[in-house]
Amino acid sequence: MSQAVAVPEDMEQVYAYPRSLTQANSHYCPGCVHGIVHRLVAEVIDELGIREKTIGVAPVGCAVLVYNYINTDFVEAAHGRAPAMATGIKRVSPDKIVFTYQGDGDLAAIGTAEIIHAANRGERITTVFINNAIYGMTGGQMAPTTLEGMITTSTPGGRDHLLAGYPMRMSEILAQTAGAVYVAREAALDLAGIRRTKRAIKRAFLAQIHGLGFASVEVLATCPTNWGLDPWAAMQWAKENLGAFYPLDTFKITDEVKALPV
Amino acid sequence: MALGMVLIDVDRCKGCGLCTHICPVSILALSKDTLNVRGYHPVMVTDTEACIGCASCAMICPDVVFTVYRRRRETRSAVARTASAQAGVISG
Repeated sequence: MSQAVAVPEDMEQVYAYPRSLTQANSHYCPGCVHGIVHRLVAEVIDELGIREKTIGVAPVGCAVLVYNYINTDFVEAAHGRAPAMATGIKRVSPDKIVFTYQGDGDLAAIGTAEIIHAANRGERITTVFINNAIYGMTGGQMAPTTLEGMITTSTPGGRDHLLAGYPMRMSEILAQTAGAVYVAREAALDLAGIRRTKRAIKRAFLAQIHGLGFASVEVLATCPTNWGLDPWAAMQWAKENLGAFYPLDTFKITDEVKALPV
Repeated sequence: MALGMVLIDVDRCKGCGLCTHICPVSILALSKDTLNVRGYHPVMVTDTEACIGCASCAMICPDVVFTVYRRRRETRSAVARTASAQAGVISG
């Protein structure tokens, strides 16, 4: 703590640094929503008391260094292959809690096959999927989730469906699979949304703890740097535009998952 | 007497400003005159007495800069009574 301030005796701590987050300073740009969602995952791991038996699988993309920040065991997967790697780990060590943390470039493009089949097989893993409609790390190119008309470095005139196809709603696709027990989309773009996102992530982890099947949470996020907006303006833009195309909803929830105490 | 208190880990802050927009009592601002070790203008509290300890800043901060304290319920109502009395809402 940089400030040495005495806390009055009649004050109680209402927010403290999560134990499952390392002290490392993140490499993310100022205002990046990855930081918020990392923190939510760490808080959920703290609350469920599963840090010592959790194994994360890191993606390729901006969140490639997530293993430096969330303080659980981690492995790094090849681009898009996190669900396949998580499948292997979970099957070898079914008593571990295994989660993947993936961006839209990782999960919705090169990793589409892996995520759909992992969900369809009903692998008992948890996926946190960050959708900011752009490739961040490589310099702001179009992702499968980029909205029509959105300007990126590879669609300088705006995404045109005749040339680049339509944006993809991954959660709606995953909800079609028989093996998925919980598929939800939330937005970490305001306080209420951040709280809802945390509840959804907790539910997705609980579904795995109870051995119910595949669970995923898509989180709408921002990329202030590549969108060319300041962090606050990016959040407002995302609520208005991403929110319009990607509805916030629980697309699939089985009765067993619904009954879990979150 | 403030209802809440935030501690700021100045050198973790990247000056993104999300907290300055979300704070319901508008007491957070970027310190334009100082830089932290990472070269950002860090956030600071402009009026420590006005903090209500709601932890909104901590909820939106991507870099976990804030630790938040809030006065316990018993003293909180006492503080509110004193404030109202001072404002002349309750006499005596």
